[in-house]
Amino acid sequence: MNGAPARAFVNARLVDPASGIDSPGAVLVEDGVIKDLGPRLFADGVPDGIEATDCGGLVLAPGLIDMRVTLHETGETHKENLHTASQAAIAGGVTTMAVIPAPNQAIETPAQVEYLISRGRETGLTDLRPYGSITRGAKGETLTEMGLLSEAGAVGFTEGHKALADADTMRRALSYSTRFGLPLMQHPEEPSLAAGGQINEGEISTRLGLKGIPVAAEVIVIERDLRLLELTGGRYHVAHVTTAAGIGAIRAAKDRGLPVTCDTAPPYFGLNETSVGDYRTFAKLSPPLRTESDRQAVVAGLEDGTIDAIASDHLPQDPDSKRLPFAQAEPGAIGLETLLPLTLELYHGGTLSLGQALARVTCAPARILGLQAGRLAKGAPADFVLIELDAPWIIREADLGSKSKNTLFDGRPVQGRCRATVFRGRTVFSQDA
Amino acid sequence: MSAPAANTRFAPRHILGTEGLSPEDITSLLDAADGYVDLNRSRQKKGDKLSGLTLINLFFEISTRTQTSFEMAAKRLGADVINMSVATSSIYKGESLIDTAMTLNAMRPDVLVVRHPHSGAVELLAQKMACAVINGGDGSHEHPTQALLDALTIRRRKGAIGGLIVTICGDIAHSRVARSNIHLLTTMGARVRVVGPPTLIPPMIERMGVEVYYDMAEGLRDADIVMMLRLQLERMHGTYVPSLRENFHFYGLDEEKLAAAKPDALIMHPGPINRGVEIDTSVADDIDRSVIAEQVEMGVAVRMACLEAVTAVPPEDGGS
Repeated sequence: MNGAPARAFVNARLVDPASGIDSPGAVLVEDGVIKDLGPRLFADGVPDGIEATDCGGLVLAPGLIDMRVTLHETGETHKENLHTASQAAIAGGVTTMAVIPAPNQAIETPAQVEYLISRGRETGLTDLRPYGSITRGAKGETLTEMGLLSEAGAVGFTEGHKALADADTMRRALSYSTRFGLPLMQHPEEPSLAAGGQINEGEISTRLGLKGIPVAAEVIVIERDLRLLELTGGRYHVAHVTTAAGIGAIRAAKDRGLPVTCDTAPPYFGLNETSVGDYRTFAKLSPPLRTESDRQAVVAGLEDGTIDAIASDHLPQDPDSKRLPFAQAEPGAIGLETLLPLTLELYHGGTLSLGQALARVTCAPARILGLQAGRLAKGAPADFVLIELDAPWIIREADLGSKSKNTLFDGRPVQGRCRATVFRGRTVFSQDA
Repeated sequence: MSAPAANTRFAPRHILGTEGLSPEDITSLLDAADGYVDLNRSRQKKGDKLSGLTLINLFFEISTRTQTSFEMAAKRLGADVINMSVATSSIYKGESLIDTAMTLNAMRPDVLVVRHPHSGAVELLAQKMACAVINGGDGSHEHPTQALLDALTIRRRKGAIGGLIVTICGDIAHSRVARSNIHLLTTMGARVRVVGPPTLIPPMIERMGVEVYYDMAEGLRDADIVMMLRLQLERMHGTYVPSLRENFHFYGLDEEKLAAAKPDALIMHPGPINRGVEIDTSVADDIDRSVIAEQVEMGVAVRMACLEAVTAVPPEDGGS
């Protein structure tokens, strides 16, 4: 593939959530793919002609697959561009970025999909995998050419940062997409209930005099779509679930055997609505941060497997979009570089095993999006991350590679750090302890 | 001029809200304001405590009484006053709030009074200003000088605030006056009730220490103070009440509903009043019970006290 010489990664702790492997071992990489791996590989030493890298006992896990990244590559490039996003990604161990349309944009032609894929290929740092929009112009009316988008390489369909609100359009989208086997990813928020809403509806919105977004806005869309899914078949994925009610609806649907999956993002299990404090616009997200009991429900959903995956929801915003009165500020936070340590909080905190935690950002999104990456297996892409599992560090806004610095986690002490990122067999990022 | 002893005086850097003020802070401001009421009633009104200082009134929403009241208060204390309203400011030329703040800051005013349609905007602006900032009303959040002037009116009429039953009626959801009053009155030990249609009572407001009533007669029972609020139609997107007629039927203050309150209950309204919408003319003009004009008078005194408080310590010494 890339003609690179064979490389051996020895003295690693191999952790592959897909197969359940967790043991000391080595990996042999050739032509960008994993040729061999296992506990006994190179037990007698690495043969001549193969470049050996001693992993020093670090965890070697599949590179992270971030299911939801906003790039701004074709629009507001002052907020982020492919170069800065890629640097942030590899610094965080992310080797696949699934790209959603930026706010008020659509990915609606096969050419756009091909363009993004090839731009990613040019960087040689990560695999870019765009979604296609469900409707033209993301206007919620006319379906895009889903089949052609799928052939061009789209991994799923989504309206991006807004919900597909019209029930009949959703029904037809689900129905039509069954033909191509790709998931429809919904932003679960009923627009009429959320109109003008700034934060979670409750005591804090009342105190601050900000219009709230009720929990019902999320669960109404999820429950409606699940009814439609029952009619149509197809594959339905709920992006960033944030509420106990929404998770409950998905849990019940999974119990009934419906083809539904879902994810959440670190702010929704790592923080709650109190982060808004006195109008802190960095804490303005869509969907909004919820109550502590909802946060606990998200953790429980991750624990029992109702929530399949964790995405970063990376949405860069520059200071001019955030240093505004709360109602005028743009929603969103960056997250590529902090996805790994925040996901590992679930492991260090005892909620998930290491394999379960890493599964949420590797093999689970790979399964949902139909990707070959996300696992350590012969023939899989040689995308992996070396993790110093217990390394304590503090997230500092200024240290992050994104062009925009709108992180919610500035100053947060975390444990577990990406020491090296390998993409298609090449070390694209490394950082010493 | 009568003023409280300097050692008890409340001297904050800004006055952005009533939330978080202590009973002592509030009492200090009300005591000082009380002194200014007498001054304002005398023929020679002009003082010099703020002589040489400059106040800017920066109003992003139209206002008659608040802006005039601040201007009068500042001039009576000897300050120079500049009025900036949104129609003449650069906001229409695309300048951001922060840039406006930086520009005004560079002119070195001493006090900035700000009204803004968005909740939290005044606090944001205050972070960038070296001078004192007084919140003249931000969105649906706070309007602290209104609550203070209401408190002064109540205290002068009833002697004390603690123990009174205060019923606030109407559009609670969109009202900054309601929020500032709830914080202040509960801090001072009053029992606060809110009354309105369920669509205009914001969620979980009972967590702010108030009792919620949807029936006006019940909410007014034995009330000492009846505070009426205007329907803030400009902040409503969609239907909150089906018609003004229906709203008046259930939530307009008239003699019949008022009968549930104590016979000596005071009727208050932050203005501007909409006769026949939230209050009946006969009630609004009831000289025995309506203190609406007195509220306006107290407003000047309270704002004088607030201006004195925020300028008591120069910013260099007051820290930033």
